[in-house]
Amino acid sequence: MNYDNDWFLSVLTFTPLVGALVMMLIPKADEAFHKAIALAVSGGLFLFGTFYLLTEFDFDNSGEMQFNFDTNWISVINSRYIVGIDGMALPLVLLTLLVVPLCVIYSWNHFPEPANPKAMLILILILETGMIGTFVAEDLILFFVFFEVVLLPMFFMIAVWGGPDRRYASLKFFLYTLFGSALMILAFLSLFFLAEDSAGNSLRTFDIQALTEWGGANLTRTAGLLIFGGMFMGFGIKVPMFPFHTWLPDAHTQAPTVGSVILAAVLLKLGTYGFIRIAIPILPQAAVVWAPWIGLLAVIGIIYGALGCLAQTDMKRLIAFSSVSHMGFVMLGIATLTTFGINAAVFGMVAHGLITGILFFVAGSVKDRYHTLEIKRLGGLLIQAPRMGWILGFATMASLGLPGLAGFWGEFPAILAAYNPANGVSETIFRTYMVIAAVGTVLAAGYLLWLLQRTAFGEPSEEFANDPEIVDANKFEYVAWAPMLVLIVVLGIFPNLIFKTSDAAVEKSLHPCLIAEGDDLAALDCPAVFDVEVAGG
Amino acid sequence: MDFSAALPVADVVAFNRPAIDWHAASPELILLGFGALLTLVDVIFLDRAKQYTAALAGIGLLVTMVPILTLANDMSETGPRVMFDGAYVIDEFSLIMKAIFILSGYVVILLSTNYIAEGDYWESEYYGLMLSAILGMVVMASSRDLISIFVAFELLSIPSYMLATWKKRSLESNEAGLKYYLMGVFASAIMLYGMSLLFGASGETILTKVNASLSSDPLTGESLSSSTPVLTLAVIFVIVGFAFKVSAAPFHNWAPDTYSGAPIPVTAFLAVASKIAGFVALVQLVFVGFYARADVFQPLMWILAAASMIIGNLIALRQTDIVRLMAYSGVAQAGFILAPLAVAGDVGDQALASIVSYLAIYAAMNLGAFAVILAAARKTGSTSIESMNGLFSYAPGLAVAMTIFMFALAGIPPLGGWFAKFQIFFAVVEQGGTWAIILGVLLAVNSVIALYYYASVARRIWADQAPDGDLTPIRIPPSLGAALVLTVVATLVFGFLPGAVSQFTDVGLIAGG
Repeated sequence: MNYDNDWFLSVLTFTPLVGALVMMLIPKADEAFHKAIALAVSGGLFLFGTFYLLTEFDFDNSGEMQFNFDTNWISVINSRYIVGIDGMALPLVLLTLLVVPLCVIYSWNHFPEPANPKAMLILILILETGMIGTFVAEDLILFFVFFEVVLLPMFFMIAVWGGPDRRYASLKFFLYTLFGSALMILAFLSLFFLAEDSAGNSLRTFDIQALTEWGGANLTRTAGLLIFGGMFMGFGIKVPMFPFHTWLPDAHTQAPTVGSVILAAVLLKLGTYGFIRIAIPILPQAAVVWAPWIGLLAVIGIIYGALGCLAQTDMKRLIAFSSVSHMGFVMLGIATLTTFGINAAVFGMVAHGLITGILFFVAGSVKDRYHTLEIKRLGGLLIQAPRMGWILGFATMASLGLPGLAGFWGEFPAILAAYNPANGVSETIFRTYMVIAAVGTVLAAGYLLWLLQRTAFGEPSEEFANDPEIVDANKFEYVAWAPMLVLIVVLGIFPNLIFKTSDAAVEKSLHPCLIAEGDDLAALDCPAVFDVEVAGG
Repeated sequence: MDFSAALPVADVVAFNRPAIDWHAASPELILLGFGALLTLVDVIFLDRAKQYTAALAGIGLLVTMVPILTLANDMSETGPRVMFDGAYVIDEFSLIMKAIFILSGYVVILLSTNYIAEGDYWESEYYGLMLSAILGMVVMASSRDLISIFVAFELLSIPSYMLATWKKRSLESNEAGLKYYLMGVFASAIMLYGMSLLFGASGETILTKVNASLSSDPLTGESLSSSTPVLTLAVIFVIVGFAFKVSAAPFHNWAPDTYSGAPIPVTAFLAVASKIAGFVALVQLVFVGFYARADVFQPLMWILAAASMIIGNLIALRQTDIVRLMAYSGVAQAGFILAPLAVAGDVGDQALASIVSYLAIYAAMNLGAFAVILAAARKTGSTSIESMNGLFSYAPGLAVAMTIFMFALAGIPPLGGWFAKFQIFFAVVEQGGTWAIILGVLLAVNSVIALYYYASVARRIWADQAPDGDLTPIRIPPSLGAALVLTVVATLVFGFLPGAVSQFTDVGLIAGG
């Protein structure tokens, strides 16, 4: 397969960084110019990137890596600069391309204290490079570097522009993620040294595709489980999975609006993407053993997150806990190790990105007007700012998984997939999870409607009844929100837009022994760990 | 004229002057020449010379780089140049280390230029001593003999003791120097005792021969598989002597007091160049001298590495002075650099490459951090950690630079330090034994602890208010600006293109393969 467009992904990844470098050279006082550059870079990249991807990407071969570029990087350790994109990464790259310019537009006229648009926009652009890079990296070390690149800008975004408790929240975010990454890099290194082909030759490579082909063959069970465990810590903290989720509510509550949006819409997906791109394809056997535990933590996350929501008094914190719950559905889909479940997870990632993104946007706008997010002081948003109130209502409906909107296609198939998990994964256990997850959707409806009722319905409280600052959404907000709202509807009606793209790639990423059935399975001569009988009993 | 023919007694052992490879010795000779020149200029022109001494010292260092480059260029043809029966070797390892010493020395001179001129300091002597300390380091990089290692060690230490006391009429500075001196001579004594035991047991001072006699009995030729107490003691004593120099725990107690009392450029010099010299000596001893006795040095290095990381990091968490923070973080960094030595017996080349990479990157990021501390102290006049508060609001350039250095030291990609730490992980995981894996996990946990205090500094810079709301900008003199630019560029290049550094640091040293 030869595509004559190997330059494209590198351009996509590094253009924001170039933009950030240019902005560094321009004096801080020239704010309008900075905004213009940031919008031109991210918006231009969105238009150009989306157009190019949609026209040039070979959707009939969406299982294959495309736009490949492979060159020497650090020869001493045989780490290469390999980038590529397939149907699994494509929706996430598009999501990133979309979210960044929307954040720039949204913050146009209200940068949080201490203002300084230059620094904030530079950070957003650096974040974009890190996020796109992580989704297209096809080398473990390159992936690791991009995975870490996003840490610094986000740390500063929370530490500088955050709420009153920002010092604590920013450090907590940073330390949690770094702890996971440190174990993750140990796992990557162990793979490098332990991967051997059947002839006993050491592979000594960080190439994700080569390692996926190798698929953990000839690795001892203990080594496989430990390496998977290391990756689990790295990716699981980022997702975040229960019990590593405690950084998330703090980070979200303290982060400025665009920080929250980027964090929820894209950063969390870096963790789940790591699972489906790296951990499960490379170590399918260890994944089978880990699956019930991942599933368990996922459903605990679903229920715990939902119960957490019911106990919150702060609107942003509530949305943050709902993220824990929704990412639990994504992880449950991933834990089934089936094409169905992982497709649902990919869809769930995009849907959660859009829906939670819009929820945080609205929360930010509410905060701008009311100067508080305490739920019991709010109320009557539909009277004071009716359009914003309806948008909030729309977003909560999407978030609770109303059929016809995007949220539904993330949750429902994930629950369904748990009915019939992959070969070697216990059906009994996962069917139990399925029931618990279904209860989670009811709780989700509960807390989201409760949120809507207490903030949007009713009469405005006396405190804010005649506050002149409380006005309806302005044009910057409309421009920033409209694309997300439209996409939530479009994806809700045509879920195949994503499912069809991701399906082939998901199937290719899974070990055949996980998904084969009947005679095919018998013909594969799979190791005992994939044995349906053993796990079923 | 042949004097030996004129001598009446025939059986006197004639002294044959060993062949000297003048090209190979030229870096040392040039440094020596410039050191002497500085002294002469000072003696002849007195106060009028003051304004030229810093420039002269800097030029001396840059000129010294010329033969190092030509030697490196010839290396592919000539191979390693060996002098004095193997006591003095110019190979790839020694050249890269010499280059690191010279360049760090140059950055320190840049840092010193305004600081020394504007403060109440002696100037000409300062640069003279600095050059002789650098000469000691450059000699150290080639010394493969117990005696020359000791001579190099003293040549770099004695000027450092004096430089640490350089602040006139300052009790802290005097205390710093005295502590450093007393601990230093104590370490020298221990090391010398170890060396004498080694010499007694092996009858050799050349490291390769020491190695040979450590692995087999010099009389019977039998292999010494079991550890003999004398040799074990000797190896431990020599290593402990250098553990003082690199401020590895539990021999680190001098470092915080000395660092905070000494003038800041001298602190940078001690924390970077002098420490790297200690590591160079350790690396040569381990890889050339003691390589046969991995059973002795590996456990010792394991303990030193683990103790340094844990003690350094935990105490660093409680510091309120930025220089003391850097001192304790330096102890922790020393633990990182020692870690590959704990597996060096099994993964020799990889361990060596990782240490050399780390030293190169460490020099850039640590010198940079001290440059920012020095620049900030120009305004605030203090090195308390609060003096960093709100740096971003009045000196955004310095703030960005300090942020880069702090996170590079913490090992966050894509800044330089990540590759250094990664190489260490790489070597440790490659060995793969239980103890190595435990060390790997300790490294991982300590990276996270270290991040806490590095990130705290960054947070003060960005998120806190400047003390007293004083927002007057800092004037950065050109030499300090040059030092900052050099170190920032190096830190970023090492991070984005690790191949640029690993290509040079992939060197071999192990005796007899």
